Amino acid sequence: MAKRIEATDVTAYYGGFKAIENISLTVEPKTVTALIGPSGCGKSTFLRSINRMHEVLPGARVEGSLTIDNQDIYDRDVDVTAVRRMIGMVFQRPNPFPTMSIFENVVAGLRLNGVRRKSILEEAAEKALRSANLWDEVKDRLGKPGAGLSGGQQQRLCIARTIAVEPQVVLMDEPCSALDPISTLAIEDLMFQLKDKFTIIIVTHNMQQAARVSDRTAFFSIEKTGDPGRLIEYDNTQKIFSNPSQKKTEDYITGRFG
Amino acid sequence: MGDTPHRSAHAGTGGTRVATSHEWPAGASARVAEPSGTPGMPDNGLGGGGGLPRARAFGAERAFRGLTLAAGTTVLVVIAAIAIFLIAKAVPALRANSESFWTFEGWFPNDDPPKFGIGALAFGTVLTALLALLMAVPVALGIALYLSHYAPRRLGNGLGFLIDLLAAVPSVVFGLWGRDYFAQPVADLSAWLNRYFGWIPIFGDGPYGNSILLGSVVLAIMVLPIVTSLSREVFRQTPTANEEAALALGATRWEMVRTAVLPYGRPGVIAAVMLGLGRALGETIALALTLGSTYAISFNILQSGGNSIAANIANRFAEANDTGRGALIASGLVLFAITLIVNITARAIIYRRREFTESAA
Ligand SMILES: Nc1ncnc2c1ncn2[C@@H]1O[C@H](COP(=O)(O)OP(=O)(O)O)[C@@H](O)[C@H]1O
Ligand SMILES: [Mg+2]
Repeated sequence: MAKRIEATDVTAYYGGFKAIENISLTVEPKTVTALIGPSGCGKSTFLRSINRMHEVLPGARVEGSLTIDNQDIYDRDVDVTAVRRMIGMVFQRPNPFPTMSIFENVVAGLRLNGVRRKSILEEAAEKALRSANLWDEVKDRLGKPGAGLSGGQQQRLCIARTIAVEPQVVLMDEPCSALDPISTLAIEDLMFQLKDKFTIIIVTHNMQQAARVSDRTAFFSIEKTGDPGRLIEYDNTQKIFSNPSQKKTEDYITGRFG
Repeated sequence: MGDTPHRSAHAGTGGTRVATSHEWPAGASARVAEPSGTPGMPDNGLGGGGGLPRARAFGAERAFRGLTLAAGTTVLVVIAAIAIFLIAKAVPALRANSESFWTFEGWFPNDDPPKFGIGALAFGTVLTALLALLMAVPVALGIALYLSHYAPRRLGNGLGFLIDLLAAVPSVVFGLWGRDYFAQPVADLSAWLNRYFGWIPIFGDGPYGNSILLGSVVLAIMVLPIVTSLSREVFRQTPTANEEAALALGATRWEMVRTAVLPYGRPGVIAAVMLGLGRALGETIALALTLGSTYAISFNILQSGGNSIAANIANRFAEANDTGRGALIASGLVLFAITLIVNITARAIIYRRREFTESAA
């Protein structure tokens, strides 16, 4: 259920602007990997390259190679929708479909996959909501609009929607940055549980969070505005936060820049 | 938030934009009032030593409120005056009518005794408008989706501009074009439809010429730009976050449209269709030129004939005597009632799912 991701010399552009350059790293199955670094260093860009969401923007393109269990996801024969189904994504701001009920939100991905049977959908919805630690809070109002939940609940709803299609990898782009501390803790707890099943990559600007939830940490940085973001250091989280090998990493985690 | 493209700035306000545009002046008034406290200027009371600044006795805010109130009242008064005038004119003519106003198929208000009935006219009005929407709406939604979500941005803007231009063509031009150039192709089409689909009652026998079909096709072309350009705006307002959510779940572009764009745009599209319907129901000169001006209720949309309330008013007003004018005014009131019912129905449809659309905003 979880797969290894290998990025080799990934470079991504927005039109003529090179946002990240030559990023190479390997993410092991069933681990949580945190991407940290100052804002604008290309964490989101790299993350969106992994499920081919980067190319959705006009003029955006990716070079280099990205494989999932040795299968090139940028191969010309690969169906991009299959890639995205395999690699789910949770966004920075909770984005439930505003016109759909809680239930419909959770099963939206399954419906896209052609699942029609009510019983299957209900079972999957309950399972996903339980995994997202949301079931008890919403089980009595599954027919109500998803947008009526609190921010933290909405984000867990989005996580439920993402994991309902049973992806191999879950990407999270600052999933807690729009949430209060209690909701943030709820989602961090959730990540521990999800790690059993999925490979998780999370972008965060919160270093305590990176230290708490992740096994491995990748530190990105840029020289100056306008330069492409680069991977400075990638190691076990403990090592990065206690004894980084790069001066830049140390400056960043001790708060001297960024 | 570099990862979220510019359109997300509109997030949430899109779906109801058409319906709530009348609320804008409130925001505008706030903005008008702002410059009174010019930044950088030492403001009374704020910079100085003592107390809070006192409320202004007379400011732009108050003046503006008075102005808007006056404008609102004027509108109400004018509407009431018009209504009283129309009813006062219509009632004597209706009294003088020697046939049933609702069922009589004919229009002879100048005769003695006067005979006129609204049935055929109301029927023609509703039928042409519905047929026009039936033809225009699917095409309009297709074009709108293409422009907002498929065409490259440049091409989309260019085509959108052309469509808006189409909306600016005066209706008499459409009417003349329909009567002089389009009638023949439609007559040929009618003959063809009758030959192969004649077993369907609406595709009956000729003679073919100025028919309900011709009128509704011309109407369809006229409402197409309204429905297209409003729907396109509505579709464009879909929050990027929702489109990306659908794509990230593995949706194809069309599935993304179905999951995120169409449901989000639904209230706006309904509003657009209702505006189109309003235009179709009230359209006067184009139908006066392209319908056959008969007074019979017939579902045969190919045969020469057909009429509508507005077209009848345009065609018969010049020759009308006092009773004749009263009769036409009475027909106008019926048209008003039909339009009102349509609008109320539309609102009911939009508000039925308010719980969902509101929490979206
Ligand atoms: N849609 C976009 N169009 C153009 N440039 C973008 C876009 N999104 C991000 N960028 C640029 O790419 C660089 C990396 O951005 P991003 O990946 O969002 O950084 P991070 O997530 O680390 O803050 C930044 O310089 C940013 O300005
Ligand atoms: Mg980011």
